[in-house]
Amino acid sequence: MFGYLIGRLSQAVVVVFAMSIIVFVGVYAIGNPIDVMIDPGATQEIRENLIRQYGLDQPLWRQYFTFVSNVFHGDLGRSMVYNISVTSLVFSRLPATVELVLVSVVIATLIGIPAGLYAGYKPGSLGAKLIMALSVLGFSVPTFWIGMLLIMGFAVELGWLPSGGRGEVARFLWFDTSLATPNGWSHVIMPAINLSLFKMGLLIRLTRAGMVEAMGAEYVRFARAQGLPDQQIVFSHILRNISIPIVTVFGLELGSTLAFAVVTETVFNWPGVGKLIIDSILQLDRPVMVSYLVMVVVLFVMINLIVDLVYARLDPRVRLKGGA
Amino acid sequence: MSAALDVSGLTTRFDTRSGSVTAVDNVSFSVEPGRILGLVGESGSGKSVTGFSIMGLVDEPGQVVAGSVTVDGVDLRSLSDDDMRKMRGSRLAMVFQDPMMTLNPVLRIGDQMAMAVRVHRKMPKREALEESRKALDIVGIPSPAERLKAYPHQLSGGMRQRVAIAMALLHRPSVIIADEPTTALDVSIQGQILAEVRRLADDIGTAIVWVTHDLAVVSSLADDICVMYAGRIVERGTAEQVIGNPRHPYTQGLLDSIPARHEPGGHLPQIPGSTPQLSRLPSGCPFRPRCSRATEQCKSEPPSDSRDGQIVLCHHPLEGS
Repeated sequence: MFGYLIGRLSQAVVVVFAMSIIVFVGVYAIGNPIDVMIDPGATQEIRENLIRQYGLDQPLWRQYFTFVSNVFHGDLGRSMVYNISVTSLVFSRLPATVELVLVSVVIATLIGIPAGLYAGYKPGSLGAKLIMALSVLGFSVPTFWIGMLLIMGFAVELGWLPSGGRGEVARFLWFDTSLATPNGWSHVIMPAINLSLFKMGLLIRLTRAGMVEAMGAEYVRFARAQGLPDQQIVFSHILRNISIPIVTVFGLELGSTLAFAVVTETVFNWPGVGKLIIDSILQLDRPVMVSYLVMVVVLFVMINLIVDLVYARLDPRVRLKGGA
Repeated sequence: MSAALDVSGLTTRFDTRSGSVTAVDNVSFSVEPGRILGLVGESGSGKSVTGFSIMGLVDEPGQVVAGSVTVDGVDLRSLSDDDMRKMRGSRLAMVFQDPMMTLNPVLRIGDQMAMAVRVHRKMPKREALEESRKALDIVGIPSPAERLKAYPHQLSGGMRQRVAIAMALLHRPSVIIADEPTTALDVSIQGQILAEVRRLADDIGTAIVWVTHDLAVVSSLADDICVMYAGRIVERGTAEQVIGNPRHPYTQGLLDSIPARHEPGGHLPQIPGSTPQLSRLPSGCPFRPRCSRATEQCKSEPPSDSRDGQIVLCHHPLEGS
């Protein structure tokens, strides 16, 4: 177990390094941030001073080297646009995204898994066909379009919910979160539903596929022969058996939504990290881009590790071996 | 003594798009407490479906369309779904063919067994585990308390099948249907399990239906034997009658093809042809195309002929000794 963790972590370090190089070179290729930052009428002298100040006159390898050594000193750099440290910039935006993603993941799970179980339990029924049709809509209709429809319906026509932005926040433990106030909830619920639809569709289909397969399994027949009621067979026997693919996709989805909830955040004007990264790409805010993408890589590596550890809990046949 | 299990005229049909197939055709037999009935047939003869029909566990699109199944005097087909579920596991239990597949791989043995105990008898989990430990002890599993904490993949095939048998025994059912429970096991383990089952039938007084394709196995284990062919029971009698003095040409053919009954190196007789597809059965006797004794007469339904309780479904039964 310990050896396994060491192996996985050293693997993670390699991945993070490789990614940081790719990101650095990629961002370098996009363009020169100075052109965007300064007034085109500025003198050549001001321009060159700025370039020197940001170290942009150095060769690429040296810029990268400086970046890495700064990271090891806990400094991810300063935003060229906001002129504050990237760390505090990202962490000021992170709670908004985390709360949005959390609510949407809970909605997707609470609806998606039971609906998938039902659709797999009674595959021929009208209800199951309806669920499957809706799940196709869930991940084929573009998010931004559904988001705009929601705003049209619930904010503009009915006037029940605010059309965008984050509501009042209150302090909960160490964070300011809008989930602690009713007004905050009224703001978060619509974008959260919007964000959950894709995941819901995915969970429904995965759960259904697993359920259909499990219903024909010998251990289910044996459980029936013992006189167990179907309900108990589904929740005590089947659910655990089919949870591995569900956990895998769930983990990956969690990561990608945390990192790239961009579309929903833009449509609902939600001040989260997704919007931050898009803004910084538009403004060529190099330190923010690089640091943010590296943080995303770390996030994914961590989620994958957690998913693997959960596997071992779920399926006793999974053995965690060092470096595997 | 009244029968623990009485099956009469049981008929199970599968209605598929390509037509209707009768997998179990008018099957009747009964088993008394403490006795073992061997239900023998080749694959596709309907012997497993007979077992599932008795349990009320035939998969769609199969359906029991006629006949009655009585356990301890209770007519199972008249029960509601929920009452039937309560019978399963408590009054009649089943053991399956492949012990690798029947236990849930992600749950501990103890959890699975305790669940099976508590579904029929309300008790704290701790007591249910104690019940399970006793059941494992009865089927001869060493250090049963530790096995309860194990997962199925940590046990050998023979051990797993013993666990499955122990689970079938949890509520002391009147009837156990064993669907080829030793087929997937090594021969040495097979022998142990057979001896164990024989002892349990005698001790507990459970009636056992032993479904198998292996006539050699039942000849040493069963009290009575039913031979199935194409969904019908073609011969039925005590083990001595059927093995010692078979009257149906098919039974004779099966016995002749057991290697142990012949000189080593000699020619091993076999039944020509293969089991017919149930959707394309010939008229009259289904065994007709493979039978050496077949005549024009066999194109009509074979009559049932009885001698000393040995019943055979044939126009030209062997007269034997």
